[in-house]
This record gives sequence, C-alpha cells and structure tokens, in this order.
Amino acid sequence: MMQADLTSISWLSLAIWLPVLSGILVLLLGGDHKATLTRWLALAGSLASFLVTVPLYTLYDVQDGFFQFEELLPWIPAFNIHYHLGIDGFSLPLVLLTSFTTVIVVLAGWEVITKHVAQYMAAFLIMSGIMIGVFTALDAMLYYVFWEAMLIPMFLVIGIWGGPNRVYATVKFFLYTLLGSLLMLVAFIYLYHQTGSFELADYYLLPLSMQAQIYIFIAFFMAFAVKIPMWPVHTWLPDAHVEAPTGGSVVLAAIALKLGGYSFLRFAMPIAPDASHYFSAAMVALSLIAVVYIALVALVQKDMKKLIAYSSISHMGFVTLGFFMFSQLALEGAVMQMISHGFISSAMFLCVGVLYDRVHSREISAYGGVVNKMPVFAAFAVLFAMANSGLPGTSGFVGEFMVILAAVKFNFWVAFFAATTLIFGAAYTLWMTKRVFFGDVANHHVAELLDLNKREFLILGILAILVIGFGVYPQPITEVMQATSIEFLKHMAISKLPVTGY
Amino acid sequence: MENMQFDLLALLPELVILGMGMFILLLDLFILSQNRSILYGLSQFTLFAAAFFTFKTHTPAVGFSFSHMFIDDTLSDVIKLMMYLGTSLIFVYTRKYLQDRNLFRGEFYAMVLFGLLGMMIMVSGHNLLLIYIGLELLSLCLYALVAFDRENPRASEAAMKYFVLGALASGMLLYGMSMLYGMTASLDVSDIANSIMQQNKSPVLIMGLVFVVAGIAFKFGAVPFQMWVPDVYQGSPTPMTVLIGSVPKLAAYAMTVRLLVQGLHPLALDWQDMLMLMAVLSIVIGNFSAIVQTNLKRMLAYSTISHVGFIMLGMMSANANGFASSFFYISTYVLMSIASFGIILLLSRQGFEAEEIDDLKGLNQRHPWFAFLMLIIMFSMAGIPPTVGFYAKFTVLQAAWQAGFTWQVVLAVLMAVIGAFYYLNIVRKMYFDAPADHSPLTAPVDMQFILSVHSLALLGLGLFPEILLGICGHSLLISLQ
Repeated sequence: MMQADLTSISWLSLAIWLPVLSGILVLLLGGDHKATLTRWLALAGSLASFLVTVPLYTLYDVQDGFFQFEELLPWIPAFNIHYHLGIDGFSLPLVLLTSFTTVIVVLAGWEVITKHVAQYMAAFLIMSGIMIGVFTALDAMLYYVFWEAMLIPMFLVIGIWGGPNRVYATVKFFLYTLLGSLLMLVAFIYLYHQTGSFELADYYLLPLSMQAQIYIFIAFFMAFAVKIPMWPVHTWLPDAHVEAPTGGSVVLAAIALKLGGYSFLRFAMPIAPDASHYFSAAMVALSLIAVVYIALVALVQKDMKKLIAYSSISHMGFVTLGFFMFSQLALEGAVMQMISHGFISSAMFLCVGVLYDRVHSREISAYGGVVNKMPVFAAFAVLFAMANSGLPGTSGFVGEFMVILAAVKFNFWVAFFAATTLIFGAAYTLWMTKRVFFGDVANHHVAELLDLNKREFLILGILAILVIGFGVYPQPITEVMQATSIEFLKHMAISKLPVTGY
Repeated sequence: MENMQFDLLALLPELVILGMGMFILLLDLFILSQNRSILYGLSQFTLFAAAFFTFKTHTPAVGFSFSHMFIDDTLSDVIKLMMYLGTSLIFVYTRKYLQDRNLFRGEFYAMVLFGLLGMMIMVSGHNLLLIYIGLELLSLCLYALVAFDRENPRASEAAMKYFVLGALASGMLLYGMSMLYGMTASLDVSDIANSIMQQNKSPVLIMGLVFVVAGIAFKFGAVPFQMWVPDVYQGSPTPMTVLIGSVPKLAAYAMTVRLLVQGLHPLALDWQDMLMLMAVLSIVIGNFSAIVQTNLKRMLAYSTISHVGFIMLGMMSANANGFASSFFYISTYVLMSIASFGIILLLSRQGFEAEEIDDLKGLNQRHPWFAFLMLIIMFSMAGIPPTVGFYAKFTVLQAAWQAGFTWQVVLAVLMAVIGAFYYLNIVRKMYFDAPADHSPLTAPVDMQFILSVHSLALLGLGLFPEILLGICGHSLLISLQ
C-alpha cells in the first residue's frame, strides 16, 4: 500500500523543479546583506532536492531495462511535443550524481563566495534542475530545451565568479557548445519531419537510410563531442575550467561532461545504430587520441586546474571508448567511469579550491611541502590522486579496468593504448602531488597555511567514502544498469536500414 | 443604405482610432501643458476601445466591405490586436522620455494613432490602392515622427534619409502595382489571383512582381533594401526608433500575405527565389555587421535585419506552415524589440541616452532586476531556450526545412551562432564588467512594472509557447483556406 502511494508521486518532476524553485526562492529572499540566510536556504534547497532523488533509486526496478517513472503530458500540441520524462539504468545514477554534486557545490562555495551570493547559489540550484531535466527528458524537444538552457547559468557562473581570463573562457564555452547544439537541432527537425513527432521512442523505431544516419550521427557528434569533450574539439574545456570558480569546475567536470556521454547513449547511437557501427573505428581512434595524447598534454601543465581539466578529457576518452566497442562489459565500464569520474574530479577540483582559497594561486610551482602544514588535507589529496590514476580499491579503477578488459577482447592494440593511461595517469597525477605536497616548505605562503576546517573536512570526507566505497563495492551502480545495457545492445544489434527488395 | 451601415460597422475600430486621433490633436490646443497627461490617458483609452471593438466584432467568417476593398478576417483581427498591444506598450515606455525632453505633445499621440490607422488599413486592404494608401499614411506619420525633435540635427538627417529612400520604395511598389493592374485589369487582390491563374507568365507580370517584392522588402528592411535601417535607427530619438522597428513589421507582414499569398500565389515559384535570396543575405549581412557595432541602437538595427532574414526564411516556404511560422516569429520579434528598447528608455534620463553598449556596463550591480530582464530579452533574441525567441527560430527553420531549403537552414543555424555572439556581448557587459555610471533609476513605477511583466512574458511564452503558436497558426489557417 505504502509502495503504491510512493510510486504515484511524480518524482522526476520534483527532482527537476524543486531545485529550480529553490533557486528562484534564494534569488528572491537572499542577497549579499543577508548572506548567511542565503547560504542556509541554498543548502536546504539542495538537500531537499537530493532527498527527492533518493526514492528514484530505492523504487527503481533493476530487472526492467526500459524507462521507469515515466511522466507524459502534452506540452506544445502544435508540434506534437510532449513533457515526457523517464529514467533507465543509464540516467538513474547520473541523476543521483547531479543532485548530490549540487549539495557539495553549495557547501564548497560557503564562505568562499562573497560577491553576489544569492545569484551564485541560485545559478547552481537552477542548473542542477536543468541538468536533471537533460538526463530524464524522453522528448527530443524537451531535452533540447534543457540542454540549451543549461548554457545560460553556466555562462554567468564562469563569467561572474571566474578567474582573470573569465570572459574569454565563458564566451568560448558558450559559442562552442551552441554551434554543436544547433546542428543537433537541425537533426531533430529532420527527424520530426520524418516521424511527425519528437518522441524518442518513435526515433528509435524509425528506419533510416545509411546516408541519413551518417548525417544525423555527425550532427549529434558535433553537439556531444563538444560537451564531452573529445579531441579535437576539447579546447574550450581547459579555458573554462581554469577560469571557473571551484563550484563551476566541479559542476562542469562532474556533470556537464556527462551530458555529452549520456547523450551518445540516448540519442546518437540508438537513433543511428548503423552509422554508429560505421563510425566505431573512428570513434575508438578519437577516444584513444584523447586517452594518450591528452594525458601527455596533462603531463606538462603548470597550472593544477588545467592539469585536472586535461586529465578529465583523458578520462572521458575512456567513456567514449567503452561506448563504441559494443559489449556489455565495455558499456557498463564506461557508465561506471562517468560516475566515478564525477566523484574523483569533483574531489580533485575541490582540493585545488582549498589551496586556491588560501594562497590564490593555481600554479604548481607556487607550492611545495604542503603536507608539513596541512597533513589532513594532504592525506585526502593523495587519496584522490591515487583514485585519479586508477589505483585498485578506488572507484577510478573499476570503470577503467572494465573498459580495458573489454578492449582486450575487442582488439589488442586498442587495449594496449588504453592501458597506457594507467601509466600516464599515474605519472601526471602523482608528479603533481609530489611537487605540491611533498618536499620542504617552499615559501612563506605555504608556511602560513592552515589545515582543513570542518566544512572542508566534511566535503572531502564524504567524497573519500564514496570513492573508496564504490571502488570496493561497485555493485549498487552496476546492478541498476545491467538490464538497460542488455536492452541497449540488443537494440544496437538490429540494423535500421530500410529493407530493400531484390 | 443598409449596406452602407454594415460597411461602417466593419470599420468601427478604424473609425475610433481616426476620431480619437483628431480629437486629441484638437484637444491639445486647448489644454495647459501640465495637463498633457490627459492626452496620454486618452490615447491609451483609444487603443483599449479599438481593441474592444475589434474583439467584439470578430467573427470566424471572412467579411468584405466597401465593395470588396476592405477585408475583415481572423488574421486581420489578430494582427490588429497585436498592434494595439504593441502601441500601448510603446506609449507606456516612451512617456518619461518625451517628458524629459520637452517632446511630450499632443502631436506625438495623434501622429502615432494616424500611423496605426495606416497600418490597420494595410492589414485589412484587399485592394492594391487601399494597401498603398495605408502604407503611405503610415510612412508619412513615421517620417514626421522621426523629425519630431526639431532641434536635433541627427534626427532631421535620419528623417531625410528615411523619407528619400522610403519615397523611392513607395514609388517602386506603386510602379509594380501599376504593372499588375496593366496585366490583370483589376486592383482587387482576389481578381488579380484569378486573372494570373488564367494567363501565361509574361515578363511584365514578373517585372511587376519584382517591384512589389522590392517595396515589401524595403518596409521590412531586408537586404539589399536595408541601407536606411541602421542610420534611421541610430539617428531617431529612441521612442521613434521603437515605433519604426516594431509594430510596422506586423503591417509589412500583413501586406505580404495580402499581396504575395492572396494576390500573387500563382507566381509563388518566382517570389520564393527572391525571398530566399533576401533571407540568406539578410541573415548573413545583418549578423556580421552587428558584431562590430558599439552603439546599441545600431546593433539592434543590424540584428533586426537578421531577424527579417529569418522571417523571410519562413515566408519563402510559400505554404501555410511557413507563413504561420513567420507570423509567430514576427509577433515574438515585436515583443522582443519593444522590450529591448524599453530597457534603453528605462535607463535613459534627462541628458543621457543610454544608447551605447558600454552604457549597460555593470547593470547587474546597479539594478540586478533589470539586468536580469535584459538578459532574458537578449537570450530570447539570440534564440536560446527556454525563451520564446528559440521557438520563433525553431518554427521558421522547420518550415524552411519542410519546404526543402536544406542548406539555407544549415546556414541560418551557423549564423545564429554569430548572432549569439553580439547578444552575449551585451550580457557580458551587464554582468561581468564594473559599472561606469551610478546614477539612480528615475523611471516611473508603472513603466518598471509593465516592462517587468513584458520581459517575463518572453520567458513565460517560452515555457508555454503553445499559447502564441496556437493563435498565430490558427488565425492564418482559417484566413487562408
């Protein structure tokens, strides 16, 4: 009886609109002169928004590989557009990751942000709702609206609270993403005129010629590759990351990059399966370039945030690699990698944020011997660095290992190059850790450092528990996506090419 | 006699506007200058009354009067209602500006009302001459309004440019109409359509079409008839700029429907190509020129040219879907452009025009609320969801795609990215830069309130676009069937 009551609630709508509404509330009630109230309101809003996503997990039926918690309402009848929401095993973990990260971001900006506090908190809350919208929309136009709407708050976050070169970075971010998205819109218009609807389900069933599939795939690729980002359209990311405030970097790395990866699974691949197979070699090659080349680029970075940004690109290379090998292991490994990267990269950026708040420099050379002054912080930082380089026992290992394992079956050389990440990843992360944390105290800035306060300890502590927890026991994530990935691969195996006669 | 009575009844809104316009002109002579607010109130009342009568006399059926010269269909009623709304908003936003600069005179309101009357005649004209008369009435009022501020040399210069080029365009339109008359022996729009259907295409007919399209393009400000737009926008006092740049586009649209769709549809294949070329050129030239502007009004002028390109992108599809999408685009464009000029008018004060882009610097620190409103307006103009501007672009693009204009759609999409750049530039100045000017806002409360509702409506219509989409699509469909 209780169960029936709980399932009748529109959890997904709540998950989307609760953070948006709390963001608006923060804007209306908060302000710089009552910053404390603003922060507590934002925290309450983000916690409430996180809590409403928890039932999605507890009520989710892991046996069912199709969409659950569906909501369907007419929205724009003139174009047959619906307010259609639903989640499957791929989107569920990402929704949870989003709502969780928002809490972390609110906490991370607690004392650090003093300029336009209400706008800052509201931007992140609204962004969280919009991103959950992207992950749950099953109507192409609804999805597109959420996808594009996300640009507005992100543009402002980087531009208002970012570093010195923020304007250049944020405009670049916006225009890069917009260009890709608009090509996707053209693909949607084409699909709309083919099917007369924007329903994702109709697109999945629509037979398409190879030529059409190739065009559609390229249009989607432009939109998603920019977001992931894949080499060679990745250049906005280091700029945006470096200039963004810590919260902005966390959201970008933990969630925004996943929008691209998720969208490949939701749109590009199932709508154009034959083109996906056709392009799989190219996609694998691009992914490997990201994994290997970008890792080498990361190695020579002087700026900590830039280094982590490049390492994100390299890690996301694993995600696309996993997608385009078309095996269950690789696919689950890729999704696992997305979730785990969400935690680890957030943690890494938060660690840089901790240092930046104290010294106001992101240069590696500005530090040295931090461990002497901040032992607790150094312990956390080393743990996350280990996770970032894929140490067994951390969540970073699970996804990478699954993808590499699948790659061995796929092609030896692919596996070989993919596996180099374990070396390069360790090299750039640990080398940075060594230069920043170990050795003698480098200068008077470092000598004046104070260790973590309670708030920082809490944030990093939670993330550390998650990183180790999912590293040792990844079952909670892998089991929800199992049924979905089986269905997904079944769909991908069926050609959508129209059956030609004799 | 009975017939005559009916005829006048169909013109009730026009008669109200005409009568009240003259009354205001006369009344202005007899009241003291400090009581001129009465004129403002009367003008708003006039619009309200006209809206009331338009709404009351509305029937779904198509009605003709004055021996088929005057058409009263759903499309004309909807467009007229939008015009009243637009004009009313303009009255609200411009009052303070006019008062500050000693331009708050009865002639302004009378002239705007007469211009509106001209537009209403264009909307309801079913006869080439009537359409032309409506257009001339509108144009003459606008020329005079641009030059309204006699002491301002730039305004006089703008008026001169506008008049010379406008007169040329009117001449072209009239010349084209005369050729159409020569070939079809009729001035009635439906008769022309029937007559063209029964004859072979002749060079004279095509020449006539070319001149008519040129006249329309001038009214819209489409490339290659765009030269007047930036100069007139920048040179005119801001209230006149918003008058030129917003509501008359609706009239131009109605004129296009009457002439090209209802009159010259048999020649659709020919005018489709012309519109296509103008659409593509307008989008490209408008967007690229807008990037380098430092004057906000001039930038908005170039952005108007690119918006016109998008409007033509819908119309060139030459089907109901395309014209409905253009109609939707124009309605949203009118709302957006009045709102953007509303912000300029809001920030301007005695001796300060707020028309440079740099004048918006740091607006978020001075007035976060109005910076937010301008943010909505700019993103709406750039076509970023969830604002209504996105659906405008989307409907037009899907209509053009459906009609088979594939590369034009892709080009328009790429140009939209260029367009986003200069709108973002404004947002950037408002949010990322430090304010250069700290004077308090002096705009009256009613203006602030209405401007807020108006700008938020761009967001609201973006979240629920069906409201406006439905009205536009429906009114066009039942009028064109």
